[in-house]
Amino acid sequence: MRSRSAKDHSPRSFGWRAYALQGLLACAALGLLWRAVDLQLVDHGFLAKEGAARFSRVTKISAHRGTITDRYGEPLAVSTPVDSIWANPKELALAIDQIPRLAQALKVDQQELARRITSNLDREFLYLARHRQPAEAQKIKALGIPGVYLMREYRRYYPAGEVTGHVLGFTNIDDAGQEGIELAFDHWLAGEDGAKRVIQDRFGRVVQDVESIRPARPGRDLVLSLDLRIQYLAYRELKAAIRQHRARAGSVVVLDVTTGEVLAMVNQPAYNPNDREQISARTYRNRAATDIFEPGSSIKPFVVAAGLASGKYDAGSIIDTSGVIRIGRWQTEDEHDIGRADLTTILAKSSNVGMARLALSLEPQQLWETLTRLGFGRVTTSGYPGESAGLLSNYTHWRPIGIASLSRGYGLSVTPLQLAHAYATLGAFGISRPVSLVRVDEPVEGERVLDAEVSRTLIGMLEAVVTAQGTGKRAAIPGYRVAGKTGTAWKAVAGGYSTDRYMAVFGGVAPASRPRLAAVVVIDEPGAGKYYGGEVAAPVFSEVIGGALRLLAVPPDDAVAEPLDKAPVSDSPLLQAARRQ
Amino acid sequence: MIYEEISAESRARRTLTGTARMLLALKLDGPLLIGLALVAIYGLFVLYSASGQSIATVIRGAIRLGIGAVAMLVLAQVNPNFLRRTAPALYALGIVLLIIVDVTGYVGKGAQRWLDLGFIRFQPSELMKLAVPMTCAWFLHERPLPPSPLTLLVTAALILVPAGLVVVQPDLGTGVLITIAGGLVLVMAGLQMRIMAALAVLGVIGAWVGWHFLHDYQRQRVLTFLDPQSDPLGAGYHIIQSQIAIGSGGVFGKGWMNGSQAQLEFLPERQTDFIFAVMGEEFGLLGLAILLLLYLFIVGRALFLAMQTQDTFARLLGGSLALTFFVYVFINAGMVSGLLPVVGVPLPLVSYGGTSMVTLLAGFGILMSLYSHRKLVGS
Repeated sequence: MRSRSAKDHSPRSFGWRAYALQGLLACAALGLLWRAVDLQLVDHGFLAKEGAARFSRVTKISAHRGTITDRYGEPLAVSTPVDSIWANPKELALAIDQIPRLAQALKVDQQELARRITSNLDREFLYLARHRQPAEAQKIKALGIPGVYLMREYRRYYPAGEVTGHVLGFTNIDDAGQEGIELAFDHWLAGEDGAKRVIQDRFGRVVQDVESIRPARPGRDLVLSLDLRIQYLAYRELKAAIRQHRARAGSVVVLDVTTGEVLAMVNQPAYNPNDREQISARTYRNRAATDIFEPGSSIKPFVVAAGLASGKYDAGSIIDTSGVIRIGRWQTEDEHDIGRADLTTILAKSSNVGMARLALSLEPQQLWETLTRLGFGRVTTSGYPGESAGLLSNYTHWRPIGIASLSRGYGLSVTPLQLAHAYATLGAFGISRPVSLVRVDEPVEGERVLDAEVSRTLIGMLEAVVTAQGTGKRAAIPGYRVAGKTGTAWKAVAGGYSTDRYMAVFGGVAPASRPRLAAVVVIDEPGAGKYYGGEVAAPVFSEVIGGALRLLAVPPDDAVAEPLDKAPVSDSPLLQAARRQ
Repeated sequence: MIYEEISAESRARRTLTGTARMLLALKLDGPLLIGLALVAIYGLFVLYSASGQSIATVIRGAIRLGIGAVAMLVLAQVNPNFLRRTAPALYALGIVLLIIVDVTGYVGKGAQRWLDLGFIRFQPSELMKLAVPMTCAWFLHERPLPPSPLTLLVTAALILVPAGLVVVQPDLGTGVLITIAGGLVLVMAGLQMRIMAALAVLGVIGAWVGWHFLHDYQRQRVLTFLDPQSDPLGAGYHIIQSQIAIGSGGVFGKGWMNGSQAQLEFLPERQTDFIFAVMGEEFGLLGLAILLLLYLFIVGRALFLAMQTQDTFARLLGGSLALTFFVYVFINAGMVSGLLPVVGVPLPLVSYGGTSMVTLLAGFGILMSLYSHRKLVGS
């Protein structure tokens, strides 16, 4: 009954309430509609822009760094694609439970990774790992962890490793040149990164390339003057010599006399540029270009050149080398007195007294000009970063004692490269051609800095150094005539010169009849007993230049019998063939 | 017996098409069915796009829709008398299950919303969405209206006890929906204006007090709603992304399967709670207006059916079911478009997943039953 009365009552009481509720409903519906209009009509422009900011990204197109090759196109420095993994810490922090998975995939410590992310929450970019193999990086990407992204980068790889390490230098992790050729030619090798607009999803996966804003300009390739075969030969022989003589360091520079190109430039100790752990100032320094030393007797040919050029002397001029030269408290004498000797013998026997008397008889200005024009005291044109100019004081400051020292290679400093260049100029019969680390295709004119006749005479005199009677007999190359000069210099130490630490040097050209190669070998502090340039450095010259001449197919210019006598130890096939004839 | 079935003669007196005849036999309402079907089909199209063209997802959605349709069909056949009589028992069962869920959730130290029955996961809170308005209607049906203070207190307890049990699960959204479903019954039963006003004041005070009882994440939701930019990568992320998705759609939308925010996964929960934003982005203002119109048509038709019933229980329950449906729409669309805080209510008939689709269609089944079993007055 009660329910009946309720039923009677309800239609009326439902009346206004129904309308009120319907009104409320209409209001709610209008509210929603108003909100939709507000968002989709009023704020549409702003929100559409915000939306685009989420999926539309401008990304970098990494430019490929140019390849460095040797003169025959053998790759020496190559950029290979790798992927770097980076994170937006703000996004990654939302998926903090994924850190263990990520750490495992990255092969890093979980706590350390979590710490790095939480301590960089205010940043939007954080490298998680650099330079991973693309396949490995893709696996990390495939984990689908939000805020983790990949970036294509290039890693420099040096196929020849230690052999070319010093010349090439290296790049940093961002592929910018830091040392050596990589630094010197960075503007040439480095490309220009491009930019493109892409559509990407929330996980940073690029869904579509929309437009190219700026194409990447890849870096240009660089062809060096180096001949990798000769470079390797020099590396091998130098390393063996350093080991054999327990030397501290050493350098070999081989130049092409006809072009001024550097065919080989090696140093010890060496490092592998592919392993950044090995890079330290002691090992990566390209000593051949950056380190200076007092050349000792290896400078003598150029002092003689000044003498010859003065017109006062010729190869047969006699100088008395007996006795002692005394200048103030300074004095010098020869170990083996050779008495009155001609210039050729003075060079061959490396008489200090003879050289001092020669130098003292010359105009200081003329001696200085000859040395300067040969390149001493100036940086070469190699363009190598950090190359040293050496040290040659102006003649106006010279005193007799200085001239006497200079004549035997003290009181001035040179780099191995500089010295090699001077020998190359001599080998080119007085034409100085600029040193080049880049392959030179056109014939190089060069500049005459020494009279051709003087040069020929001097080369002839230097051939006598490499005879059985000379100090440089171990530099001899079977089948080729060699002209060169040994040097054994005390090393300068604080307060004077050390008498038990030496620089063993050999510089020379070959073949002497028409020089093609010039080379300098420097061995720093040989410590196994032998220390003379003729004993330590000359054999390296012989092996390297002998091998290089054969590699370059330079025709032999020597009668066969002579070198057989001079160098009976050598047992090369070439020699055996010659012996049978 | 209060209710009479529509007699064979009354049917014969009208000229009916075959379809209408079949619908009548099945106790279904044609216009309401068409409205529901249109929204459901619209929803499946959007789901295909929102799921990243996953036909499998669409099929699973359609299956869930089918289960709901069966529930609707079955409930439409059930006599309202039976529903009314079983309402208290259903309610009691629901309370017991909610307590079990709360206790196991407390023991398991975590949010717990469902009972694992081994073969099926069952959410007692879904059951309560229907049981609470049914029970309220049952209770008020037998009492003089407008309700006396005592009746009012008992009804309030009937509503707030299960709602409270759901809120502590914690599931604020469903708790609010249950409260609204029951509250609508009360309002339609003739709740006095002054009491409503007093309740409004109490509500404000209650909100202030309740703030201190909210979980941190629930408070965060409210705070984030008030200022989404305060936490753009955290809780505010959802709201910001969904507003951007809707707003960037403009008037005509970006086209089906072309919504960049949705397709590129910037929009979170795009298949479920935030599917409204996918519609807004891909079909624009036009698409949202059409959806709203369809919803309004459904609610309007449902209210019409409720008004046609002849007794208090049917009217109160029917009205509540119809309006609750719109409350769902309003809360979901409101939260996705930034009008309301995010409370995790799915968009009726469109959002993928969950059991709410079944509950909703079951509710419409009840409504159709109330209508088709209405007492014929004056015939």
